[in-house]
Parts: sequence; C-alpha cells; structure tokens
Amino acid sequence: MFDRIREKLEILADAAKYDVSCSSSGSNRKNLNKGLGDAEGMGICHTYTEDGRCVSLLKILLTNHCIYDCAFCVSRRSNDIKRAAFTVDEVVELTMNFYRRNYIEGLFLSSGIFKDGDYTMERLLRIVKKLRVEEKFNGYIHLKTIPGASPELLKEAGLYADRMSINLEMPTELGLKLLAPEKSHEDVKRPLDLIHKSIIQLKDEKALIKSTPKFVPAGQSTQMVIGATPESDKEIMHTADKFYKDYSLKRVYYSGYIPISHDNRLPVIGSQPPLIRENRLYQTDWLMRFYGFDVKEILNDANPNLDVDIDPKLSWALRNLDQFPVDINTAEYQMILRVPGIGVGSAKKIVQARQFGNLRMDQLKKIGISFNRAKHFIRYADSPIKLNDFEAGHIKGIILSESKSKYLKTPVNQLSLF
Amino acid sequence: MEIYVFDGALEGLLTAIFDSYERKAMQVNVVSSDRYLPDVFQESHLVISSDNKANRVWKGLRKKLDTDWMKKFYNSFLSEQPDLFQDLFDFARYIFDNPAGAETNFGNNCVLSVSQMERKVHREKHRMEAFIRFQQTADGIFYAHIEPDYNVLPLISDHFRKRYADQKWIIFDLKRKYGLFFDLEKVEEITFDFTAEMSSNLNTLPAQVLDPKEELYSLLWKDYFRSTNIPARKNMKLHIQHVPKRYWKYLSEKQM
Repeated sequence: MFDRIREKLEILADAAKYDVSCSSSGSNRKNLNKGLGDAEGMGICHTYTEDGRCVSLLKILLTNHCIYDCAFCVSRRSNDIKRAAFTVDEVVELTMNFYRRNYIEGLFLSSGIFKDGDYTMERLLRIVKKLRVEEKFNGYIHLKTIPGASPELLKEAGLYADRMSINLEMPTELGLKLLAPEKSHEDVKRPLDLIHKSIIQLKDEKALIKSTPKFVPAGQSTQMVIGATPESDKEIMHTADKFYKDYSLKRVYYSGYIPISHDNRLPVIGSQPPLIRENRLYQTDWLMRFYGFDVKEILNDANPNLDVDIDPKLSWALRNLDQFPVDINTAEYQMILRVPGIGVGSAKKIVQARQFGNLRMDQLKKIGISFNRAKHFIRYADSPIKLNDFEAGHIKGIILSESKSKYLKTPVNQLSLF
Repeated sequence: MEIYVFDGALEGLLTAIFDSYERKAMQVNVVSSDRYLPDVFQESHLVISSDNKANRVWKGLRKKLDTDWMKKFYNSFLSEQPDLFQDLFDFARYIFDNPAGAETNFGNNCVLSVSQMERKVHREKHRMEAFIRFQQTADGIFYAHIEPDYNVLPLISDHFRKRYADQKWIIFDLKRKYGLFFDLEKVEEITFDFTAEMSSNLNTLPAQVLDPKEELYSLLWKDYFRSTNIPARKNMKLHIQHVPKRYWKYLSEKQM
C-alpha cells in the first residue's frame, strides 16, 4: 500500500512536471468556514527544484494513460512507459496532508485522457468537489481543462477551481498539426471562450446579486512549447498577444522543449532545451503586460526574432535611439519605464522622489536602478556634458563588456567589419 | 551631538523621539543600552521608556503617514538592526518636521533606508511563510521551529492563523526563544526553553513524539521534490539564489 502510493506519486508527478505553470496567486478564496487553507492574494513558492523552478502546488496527473499520441508528450499512447492512476481519495488525501504541513499552496491537477474527454473530466470534477465540499479545503486549485469535455462539466468545474488552463501546445496551428494531428487550436479556443464568457457573465451578475458563486477567480492561462517546431519569436509572441486579448488570459507560459522521444520531426534526445530563448520570450511577455509595450514594437517583419545576447528592452532602445536620452526629472512615467535598467519599482520611486527636487546620479543609484545600463539613455541633474552621440553598436559593446551575462561564460566582443 | 541610550524596544525608540523634541535636541545619536559604551567626551541621555510619550509619538506619526507606512515603520523596526534605529529616529523627525507627503522622497537617505529595510524584513517574512515545514505530533499538534534573520513571528501570525484554522500548531523561534501557539481559537505567545535537547540543524522532532503517519508524508514529499526536477534544465546557481543554503535546515526535502 505504502510502496504503491510512492510509486504512483513518482510516475504521476514526473509526467506532470512539463507543465510549467506554477502560479498560486490572484485568487480570492478566504477561509471563512473554519476549514483548511486560504487562497487570497500573493502566491507562495514553497521550494524550488534543482533546475530553479518554483514548487508551489502539488502538480500531478490523475493518470498518464492517454488515448492521444502527441509526439512531444511523454504520456503519448505509443510511448513504452509505466502507467498509473490515482483514485479520487488518494489525490484528496495527498493534497490535504501536504497542505497541512505547509509543503504546498494547493493542487495542480491535470490528466492524460482515458476513454474520452467527459469520462476524464468527471473524475477531475469529483476530486475538486470532494476537496471543497467535504474537506472544507480553501487552498488553491488549478485544474486542467480536458479537451473535448462537455460545457456542463467545464462550467461546474469552474465553480470549484481557482484557475483553469488548457495548453496551446504549439504556437501555430501548423506546428501543432505536424506533431499532434489529432489536436487543433480550435479545440483549445472553444473551452477558453466558454470559461472566459462565464467569468464575465458571473462578474456582471455579482454586481446585482451578492451571493453569486465564485467562478475561476484566478482566471485562465495557457502554455506553448518552444523550439520543437520552427516558429519565429514573432509568431510565438503574436499568438500570445492575440490570446491575451481574445480571452483575457492571466498568463501565457513558454516552455522550452526538452527532447523526450526519438522522433525525426523533433530535436534529438540530448540536445539542450532553448533556455535563453525561453527567457527572452518571458521578458517580452513582461514588457507587454507591465511596461506598456505593444508586441509590434518589439517583434515585427524587420525583427522577427529576439536577440540572444541582449534583452528585448535594451534591444528596442538601441533600435530607437532617437527617443533618448530621457530626462529623469521631467519625462513621463511611461517613458521612464522604457529606459533599459529601470524597472517598475524604481520608475515609481523616481516619479515620486523628483517632486522634492531634481535627482542626481547618487540618488538614482541608491533608488536601485541599474545605472551602468541606464546611463546611456538618461539625463539627470548632474549628468556630464555629452561630447558626441554614440551609435547603437557602440553602446551595446560597452554594456556587454560591463555586464556579466549569465549565459555567456566568456564574453565575445565581435569586431565591426567596417 | 548627543547620545540617547534606550532600552531597544519600540516603545523606547518612540520615547527617544519624544525626548528629542522636549529637550530641543538638534543632532541625536540613538543607541540601544546593550550596545552602549560610555564615552567621557560625549554627553548622553538615558531614555526612560514611557507608554504615554510613545503613544503620543505613534499617534503623531499616524496623522502624517498612512497605514501602509506605519506598517513599514514597524516592520523595519523588527529587523533588530542597530543602524536602523538611527534611520527610524531620523525618519520620524524628518516626517514631523516636513509637510505631509515627505515619505515619498526616496532621494532622502532615511526614507530610502527605512523602505529598503522594510523590503528585507518583508522578504524574510515571506520566506518563513514558504519554508516552514510542520510535523504532526502524536497529540495532533503541527510543530515547526525556525531561526529567522529578523524577528518576524509577529508578522506571520495572522497568515498561519487564517490558513490553518482547523489544526493546532506551534511555530517556535529558536534564536529568540519564543513561539506562537494556535489552540483552534486564538494565537498565543509561548516561551519554553527546550533548545537544549533540540538541535537546530535538524528540523525534526524525535520519532517517538510524532504521529505514525508523519514519516510517510515526509517521505512522499521528498519523493515528490525529486521527481518534479528536470535534470536537463539543472541550474544550481538559480536554485541556491531562490533557496539560500542557510534555510536548508528547515526544509525536510533537503534532508536526505
């Protein structure tokens, strides 16, 4: 019994780890019933794996049996691996006992598809219902939407889950068809749209009737696998942008493909996952969501791919030197945000602090901006008189030689040919 | 320049602020009595903590600062850092001596120090909310001990009370020798000295006082931690940045 549970957890946690979502924030489920758990406000990462990813939720599959045969997935039908399935009670007990010991913020429950969508979705629903109703559990629950499940089941699940998500898998329809002929982006859009509309509908009702039940309070998210198919960064981020806009997603996750199968459509086993690229995509995502950038400013036909050696904000600034230098003491907040080396926190502090007098270099440094980077793009109270305008390549060279990239072990300063 | 020696408590610090106005002092150095070394060349004033004076200063601050900043003031104080006593003292005087809104002048040194220290205390509080690992004892109490850099127990009490409303729990600070006990109704401060038999390097209670199922769940958690790792992405630098080594002793998954 003891050993069987250990084995199941090993198999079903291992199979679920490629889902990158780990967020446990943004819900509003208070512990009002003297039960266990509280899911309001900030999420908590209780530990981190050795690869540096946050562990916030007990992330498991209900089963890794699956009727689909997607080339990029470990649990695909044709893969010769050990299979297992949890019972409803096992998942409930694991969640409650992990939560009681402060190991986790809640449950992330996904599943391979056995029999069909509805059969699988029904079991997921039984688990969340039991946790909420019988066990009085108020922790965070992220539920994976099972493609092909009926609208009634999805809507009911939304009453118990804090977040729901369904993976786009590949950034374009073409890429998806290549690796998972049985799936399509349409199958993803349908449930996203259904949940999105239900969230809006219940929000409207809530304005009238106070007792309206919670419905997916932490919103929806999705993820794309990067680097398994040959899409450009532009295609990836434009897809993300469209999904953010159409379905008000809370997050889009980008998951660098880790080769797991011998399939000539995919990168060979042993090749490194595209970690730098993944990082650059997340930075772009941040620029879109928190820095007021339009995706087209960063990625367009002239620049279809992100630079590897510098981050997208610096890259945008170097392409738009005519918009700089920005005067720290007079520029608008939105423009200060666009300066490489200045983040949201420092930008806010700058705007507040300058009301008390013009800011100098030493103050900007103390406030916490990355001065060596920002200095090329700003003017401040005691900025030195500039003798000549540097050109983009020169600034980039200086910044690269001054900064230690976490990716480049030995910095390569390429000489200009002309 | 005058030295004010206070007892190291918040009330004492607030009294010192009161005294400095009463005594029309210009430049004051505050120091807690346990760190004070008498110096014949410098005048010193012994601050006698007073409820009344402290309350008046606190109320005065509240007129000029919003709740958020009052919390920041308190949180920074919990850092127990000697340098910060001076910053808090200067900060309070700066707030009193200037028109409303002075706390947003991040170009001012004491404003910046207080707000930066508050971030550090906040981060430590958040880490304790993350890294505490309870063990269930045979009599049904969930127990954990910690040794945080700053005195964050007062800040995490609410978080755990809200979250674990249906189980009894104890969180004990080994460094400061006091703890919190939740008895299903309210959280109480407790002090008992069992540090002698408790090794801080081991975040475990002796097996005989634990619930028989405790070992199973701790083992399942360790298994889970291992199987959720992706070796192809291994990045120990990032791992240690997120989970600094000084916290490993709290973490059951780090005890193999």
